[in-house]
Amino acid sequence: MSSDDGSSKKVSKKPRYSRFTQQELPACKPILTPALVIGILMCLGIIFIPIGLLALSASENVVEVVDRYDDVCIPSTDQKVGFIKDPATNKTCIRTFTIPKKMRKPVYVYYQLDNFYQNHRRYVKSRSDRQLWNPKAEYSTSLCDPEGQTGDGKPIVPCGLIAWSLFNDTYSLSKNDAALQINKKDIAWRSDRTHKFSPNVYPKNFQNGTLIGGGKLDENIPLSQQEDLMVWMRTSALPTFRKLYGKIETDLEANEKITVTIQNNYNTYSFNGKKKLVISTATWIGGKNDFIGKMYMAVGGTSIVLGVIFSLLYVFKPRPLGDPSYLSWNKNPALD
Amino acid sequence: MMKGSQQQQQRPLLIPSPRTPGKEELPYTPVNASIDASIPVSSMPVKPYSDSQIEMSGDFVRNPSSQSIQSKSSSGYSIKEVSFREGSDVIVNPVVRYGSSGSNPGRYGSRGASSGGFGSSYKEIKDEDARLVYVNDPVRTNEKRFRFAGNSIRTSKYSFLTFLPRNLFEQFHRIAYIYFLVIAILNQLPQLAVFGRGASVLPLALVLFVTAVKDAYEDFRRHRSDRIENNRVASVLLNGEFGDKKWKDICVGEVVKISGNQTLPCDMVLLSTSDATGVSYVQTTNLDGESNLKTRYAKQETQAKASLLGEIGGLLIKCEKPNRNVYGFQANMEIDGKRISLGPSNIILRGCELKNTDWVIGVVVYAGKETKAMLNNAGAPSKRSRLEKHMNKEIIILSLFLVALCTVVSLSHGVWLRRHREELYLMQFYRKYDYSEPEVEKYEYYGLGMEIFFVFLMSVIVFQVMIPISLYISVELVRIGQAYFMIRDDRMFDKSTNSRFQCRALNINEDLGQIKYVFSDKTGTLTENKMEFQCASVGGVDYDNGKAISTEDGQTGYSVQVDGMVLRPKMTVKVDQDLLHLSKMKHTDEGKHLCDFLVALAACNTIVPLTVETSDSAVNLIEYQGESPDEQALVYAAASYGFMLVERSSGHIVIDIQGERPRFNVLGLHEFDSDRKRMSVIIGCPDQTVKVFVKGADTTMFKVIDKSLNLNMVKATESHLHAYSSKGLRTLVIGMREMSTSEFEQWQSSYDSASTALMGRANLLRKVANNVENNLRLLGASGIEDKLQQGVPEAIESLRTAGIKVWVLTGDKQETAISIGYSSKLLTSKMTQIVINNNSKDSCRKSLDDALQLYKKLSNVSNSNDAGHVAGTNQLALIIDGTSLVYILETELEEKLFELSSKCTAVLCCRVAPLQKAGIVALIKNRTDDMTLAIGDGANDVSMIQKADVGIGISGQEGRQAVMASDFSMGQFRFLVPLLLIHGHWNYQRISYMILYNFYRNVVLVFVLFWYVLFTGFTLTTAITDWSSMLYSIIYTSLPTIVVGILDKDLGRSTLLKYPQLYGAGQRGESYNGKLFWYTILDTLWQSITAFFIPLIAYWDSTVGVSALGDLWILAIVILVNVHLAMDVVRWYTITHIAVWGSILATFICVMVIDAWPFLPGYWAFFMIAKTKLFWVCLLGIVVAGLVPRFVVKVFVQHCKPSDIQIARVAEKFGHLQGDAETEMNPIFDLPQRTATT
Repeated sequence: MSSDDGSSKKVSKKPRYSRFTQQELPACKPILTPALVIGILMCLGIIFIPIGLLALSASENVVEVVDRYDDVCIPSTDQKVGFIKDPATNKTCIRTFTIPKKMRKPVYVYYQLDNFYQNHRRYVKSRSDRQLWNPKAEYSTSLCDPEGQTGDGKPIVPCGLIAWSLFNDTYSLSKNDAALQINKKDIAWRSDRTHKFSPNVYPKNFQNGTLIGGGKLDENIPLSQQEDLMVWMRTSALPTFRKLYGKIETDLEANEKITVTIQNNYNTYSFNGKKKLVISTATWIGGKNDFIGKMYMAVGGTSIVLGVIFSLLYVFKPRPLGDPSYLSWNKNPALD
Repeated sequence: MMKGSQQQQQRPLLIPSPRTPGKEELPYTPVNASIDASIPVSSMPVKPYSDSQIEMSGDFVRNPSSQSIQSKSSSGYSIKEVSFREGSDVIVNPVVRYGSSGSNPGRYGSRGASSGGFGSSYKEIKDEDARLVYVNDPVRTNEKRFRFAGNSIRTSKYSFLTFLPRNLFEQFHRIAYIYFLVIAILNQLPQLAVFGRGASVLPLALVLFVTAVKDAYEDFRRHRSDRIENNRVASVLLNGEFGDKKWKDICVGEVVKISGNQTLPCDMVLLSTSDATGVSYVQTTNLDGESNLKTRYAKQETQAKASLLGEIGGLLIKCEKPNRNVYGFQANMEIDGKRISLGPSNIILRGCELKNTDWVIGVVVYAGKETKAMLNNAGAPSKRSRLEKHMNKEIIILSLFLVALCTVVSLSHGVWLRRHREELYLMQFYRKYDYSEPEVEKYEYYGLGMEIFFVFLMSVIVFQVMIPISLYISVELVRIGQAYFMIRDDRMFDKSTNSRFQCRALNINEDLGQIKYVFSDKTGTLTENKMEFQCASVGGVDYDNGKAISTEDGQTGYSVQVDGMVLRPKMTVKVDQDLLHLSKMKHTDEGKHLCDFLVALAACNTIVPLTVETSDSAVNLIEYQGESPDEQALVYAAASYGFMLVERSSGHIVIDIQGERPRFNVLGLHEFDSDRKRMSVIIGCPDQTVKVFVKGADTTMFKVIDKSLNLNMVKATESHLHAYSSKGLRTLVIGMREMSTSEFEQWQSSYDSASTALMGRANLLRKVANNVENNLRLLGASGIEDKLQQGVPEAIESLRTAGIKVWVLTGDKQETAISIGYSSKLLTSKMTQIVINNNSKDSCRKSLDDALQLYKKLSNVSNSNDAGHVAGTNQLALIIDGTSLVYILETELEEKLFELSSKCTAVLCCRVAPLQKAGIVALIKNRTDDMTLAIGDGANDVSMIQKADVGIGISGQEGRQAVMASDFSMGQFRFLVPLLLIHGHWNYQRISYMILYNFYRNVVLVFVLFWYVLFTGFTLTTAITDWSSMLYSIIYTSLPTIVVGILDKDLGRSTLLKYPQLYGAGQRGESYNGKLFWYTILDTLWQSITAFFIPLIAYWDSTVGVSALGDLWILAIVILVNVHLAMDVVRWYTITHIAVWGSILATFICVMVIDAWPFLPGYWAFFMIAKTKLFWVCLLGIVVAGLVPRFVVKVFVQHCKPSDIQIARVAEKFGHLQGDAETEMNPIFDLPQRTATT
C-alpha cells in the first residue's frame, strides 16, 4: 500500500529550524590546555606577589602606637565600677608614650574597645534611623526599647541602646608640653552629616534616666554636627573595634614624647572591656595589618609552585590532548 | 463503533498498577467484528486487564499459581471481581488484550461476543445503580431525587471570589512553600524577628504572585472557552418540534437532533438516524485523537418509531451511572413492553463529531460534567525523577546540617549568656525599661532555656537558605527549557504522522540520561504498523508476489467504473500476476477456490468502505475504515484482485467483483474472541446459498478445518505458514463452508435466543459460534507484512553501544518475533540463543538452570580465551514466551530469570500479555537501581509504560492510549537515540550540575553567615543586609544557573551520537552522586572560609562598620559563586556571558541601591568602603584564594584521570572527532530483504 497522503493537507507541525531551538548557537568552548593552565597559574603569581609585597611594605610603613589605659587609669580597688559610675570622682588620667618613628600627617587618633559587643543583635537593632533625619518622627522609637522613651513617655532623641551607650572618654594630647590640636571635624562620613543626621533634629531627653550609659549630647547642637555620635552609630562589625576620635594635622617626629590627658569616663569595667588609645598613620591598606600582604604572597607563591608542578607533570607524564584512544571503552573493551 | 484498541487503551489509565496476568493463550491472529441489524458491533471489552484476569473460566486456569496471582490481584479490584461473580458463568472475553499481534490486540477484535463481550452488560442494572431517563420527558426524568447535572460545563477552577483562597490552598500543597511560609511566620514573631518584615516575606510573595498570575490567566482562558462552549446552539425537541436551545440549557431526557458535521453537546443514546438502517458515523478526534470514523447504530425499534416524533415519548431508558469509561456503556430500553439492551455502540459522546450522516436524533442520557468526555479530563500521572529523589536525600543531609548549625549556635549562645550573666544586666541587652524601680528586672529575658530555644528558631530563620527552596523553582524552569528544546528538535519530528515530540511529564527529563533498560513493544514501535498484504497461500499454492508488478508508481491499480465515475481503492497493493490471472478464471476449480478466498477477504471483516472525492472529479477513491489494520490490508488486497468491497450497511454488503456487483446478505457475525481466536461471518450469497467464512489464527483454525478434504493442501498451507512467519509476516488462515437451509435455521434460532439472552449472553454466543465454525474447508492463508520502521536496527545498535539493554516484548509468535529480532539487529548471528518454551513450572526451572549452566560454560570459555573481544562471540540472547513467563513471574523462579536475563545481551519475550509486560519491567525494577524505559504504541503497552521509570508512547497508528499514559511521546522508535543519547545526556548533565551548584551556592552563604554569628555573641546578627540575603537567591545568583542549566552542553550532538558509550556517564551517575556532594560541601567550606576570614582579618582592629563589611561579604560571595559557575561552563554563549557577568553587575547595582537608602543603617556604606583599595584587594584575594583549589583539582583530575566526557570534549575541540562525526548513526549493512525473494 502506498502511504497515507492525507497528512499532506494538514499544516506541518515541523518545528521551524533555528540555531537556537536546535541548540546549535555558536559558542566559545574554552579548554584547559596545559599552556592555559600554566599561563593562568603563572599570571596569578605574577600579579599576586607584587601586590603582596606592596601591601606588606605599606603595612610596614604604618606607625602605630597603642596604649591600653583602662586598667591603669583607675584606682586599684575592687570598686572599679563604683568609681567609674560616680560622677563626683576625678577621672583624669595622664599617660605618656614615645613616638617610635616619624609619623606623617594626618595622624589619626582612635579609641579601641575590646569585648564590647557592638554587633550584639539587640544592640544593633536598638536604633531609630527615621528619628535621626525627620524632626516629626521623634516618636518612632518602637525599636529602641528599653531606651525609647523616658519614664513619663517622652521620646528620647536619639533613642536606642547605641546612642545611649555613646563613648565619652576624652583625650587631650600635648607634645613637649605644647598642646597638640586634635581636629574632631570631619571625622564622620559626609553622607551621614548631610543625609542621615538632620540639621533640624536636636537631642532631647537624652541620657536623662537614672542609669547613665555613656556620653551626653549638647541639646543645642543639631545631630548633623554631633560627629562623635555619628561615628559611634556606625556600629562596628566585630566585638573588638576602633573608632576615629580625631586627627592630628601635624607630623610627629620619632622619639617625641606625647602626653595624653584622658578623662576616663566610659564604663567598660562592668563587662571587662578594654580601652585603648591608638595613634596611627594610615596607608592604602588601612592601618597596621600585614595579613593582606602575607595572604597575597602565599596565594601568589602557591600559584607559581603549582604552575611549576603542572609544567613538570606535562613534561614527564604527558597525555595527548583529546586522544580518543584514551576513552575508557577504547582502553579496555572488555569492560564495555 | 469505537476502535477496539482505544477502548482498551483508555481504560488502563484507570487501573492503578498493573499485575502479572494469568496465563491465557495468546491469540495470534485476530479477526473480526460483527454486523448485525439489531445488535450491532459492540465495542470492546471494557476492562482489558482485569476482566481477562479475574475471570477464571475453567479451561484457562491451568495451575494453582495463577489462582494465587488472581487472588492477589483481586484485592485491589474487589469491586470488579464482585461484578464478575454476579455475572455467573459468563466468560467475558478473557484474553482480549493479550491478543493478536503483540502490540495491538485491541485492534482486532477483542470484542466479545456481541454485547456480552462488553464488560458486564449481561448483568442486570440494579435499580439503585441505574439512572432512569424518560425519553422526551425531561421534567419527569429530572424530578426530585433524580436531579441530573445540566449540560453547562465548567472547566475553570476558580471563580472571582474563590480564586485567592483556592489558588493559595493549591499552591501550598508544595512542601517547599510551606517551609517558606513557616519561616516567614516565625520571623513575624517579635522575639524572633531576624529580618525586616518586608524582606522576609518577599521571596514567598514573589513566587506565589507569579504562580497566581499564571493560574489566573489560564483560568481566564478556560472561562472564556467554557462560555463559548456553553452558548453553542443545538436543535432540541420541544412540543413536537425541533427548536434551538443553548447547550448549557439542554438537560437529560431531552431529544436532540444533530446534523452532519456538528459536534455533540452531550452523551446521547441514538434513537434514529438519517440512514434507514440506523447507521451513523462519528469522529472521535476530540475524545481520543483518532481520526477514524466509528460506526454507531440506532436500534431498529426506535429507528422505526422516531420518524413519528410524537411517539418517541414513553420510552424509558435505564442506564448505568455516569462513569469515565469511554468505551463502555450499558443500558436497556423499554419499548412497547419489550426490553432491548443498549451497548456502547448505541451511544454517541460529547465532543465527537457527526460525519457522513445527514442527521441523527438521540436522547440525552448524560449531560455536562457527567459526560464521559468531561469525566475523562484528567492529567497525566506524575513521576519523580531519580535525580530528584537523590536530591531529596541530600536535602535531608542539608537539613541535618542546618539543625546542627542551629544547635551549635543556640548552645553556644547559652554558654555565652551564662558566662556573661553578670554583664548582661549592665550591657543593657536584657534590661527592663523602668530603671526607677529598685528591683531592676531583666528586659525580655525569658530564662536561659527559652533564650536558647529562641536563638535556635532565629538561627533557622537566618540559615533558611541552607535548604535551597529556589532550587525547586529553578529546576522546574530548567526542565521547561529542556522540554522546549526537546519539543523543538527537528530531528525528533515525524513527518509521516506530522507529530512532534511531546513532553507529557515535565519532571523526569533527566531520567532520560540514566536509562539502563529499554523495554520495547514490537508492532507499531519497532515496526510501522502499516500492514501490507504480502503473500497468500491459496489452495496449497504459494503466491508471494514473485512476479509482482509494482502499481504504486503508475497508479494503475484496480479500478471500476460506475456511472462514468472511476472508483479506485485508496491504497494499492502489489499484485501477484499469477494470482491475478487466476482470479479471472472463475470457471476453473482453482478459480472458484480463489474466488471464495477473495470473497472471504472482502467479507469476513468489519471494514466500512467510504468514498472519498479527489481533485479529479471523475475519480473517486474508496477508503476502508476499520479498527484493524490487518483487516484493512486484507480488504485492500482483495480489492486489488477485483473484489472490491463498495458498500456496507448493517444487513448487507456489496462487493464489486470484476464489474459485477452482487449483494451479500450478512446474516450473522461472530466476533473475534481470544478464546476461539477467530471470527466468522455468515453470508447469504446471491445464489441463495449460505456460507460461513472464518478467519483466524493458525493454531485454532487448523482444529476446526476438515483435514480429510484435502490433506495435501493442508500440509502445504502449513508449511507456507511456517515460512511466512519465519519471514516475520503475520499470518491468518481462512476457511469456509456452506450451510444447509436447515442448519442455517437452526443456527438462526439459537443465535437469536443467545443474542437476546439477558444472562450469559457472551457464553451462549460463543457456543453458537463454536457450533458453526467446524468442518471448514481450508481456503488458504495470508501473510501480512508489518514493515520495520526506518532506522530501527541502527537505533538498537546505538542503544546497545550506549550500554542500554534493549528487550523486546511482543505478543507475536515466536518465529515472527525472532525474525524481527534479526532484522532489527536485536539478535545477531553471533549470539547464542536460549529459548525457553515451557508448560510447567518444573520445566521452567530446569530450563533456567540449564541456561545458567550454559552461561557459566560460555563465560569460562571466553575467560580462557583471554577475554577481550572474544566475549562478543559469546553473547547470549534469551527468547522466552508468555506461557513460560506465567510460571516464572511472581514466583521464586523470578530470581533465576533475573540472573539469567541480566547476563543476556538481548532478551526477546514473545506472546506476552500486557500485564506480563509490566511484570517483566517490574522484574528488573524491583531488583536493581537501574533505570527502565518502556516504549510502546498500543493499549497493551500501557501497563508497562506506567510501570517503567520512563514511559514513552509512540503516537502512531494505534490511537492515543499509550500516548496518554506516557511521559513522553514521539513518532518513531529511532527518535529514542537522539532522545536518550543527546537530550537525555544533556538533561542529566545539566540538572545534576545545577543541583550540586545550587547546594554549593546556598551553603556558601549560610557558612559565611554562620562564621559571622560566632563573632556576635551567637546572637544572629547578620552583617549582610536583609534585602541582600533575600535577593541572593532571587537576583544575585539565580539567572546564571538557570541559563547554564538550560543551555550549556558538555558535548556536541555529533560526538554524542558517534560515541554512544558516553551515555554511560549518566548510567553510572557520574555527575551527581554522594561523593560529589561531599566534595562540593568541602569546597564550599573552603570557599566560605576564604570569603569570610580574608576580610575579617584584613579589617581586624580597624574602624570598619558592620554594613560595609557586610557589603564586602555579599559581593565576595556573589562574585565567587558566579566565577565558580563560569569556571564550569563548557560553552559560552552570548547569553551565558550576559547572565553571569550581568548577575555580578546586578549585584553591585542592588547593593548600591540598598545603600543609597538613608533610612537603612547601612546608608552609603558601600560607597565609603568601595573607595578604599583594600576593599578591591580583598575581593580579588577572595575570588582567587577561594577558587584556586577547585581549579587545581579540576586540572589535575583532567590530566591524570580524565573522564570520557572530558576526553571527548577536548577531542571535539581539537577536531579529532571530525570527519564522520556528522553521520547520525552507524550504517547498517545487511538489512534483510524479505520481499522479492523467490
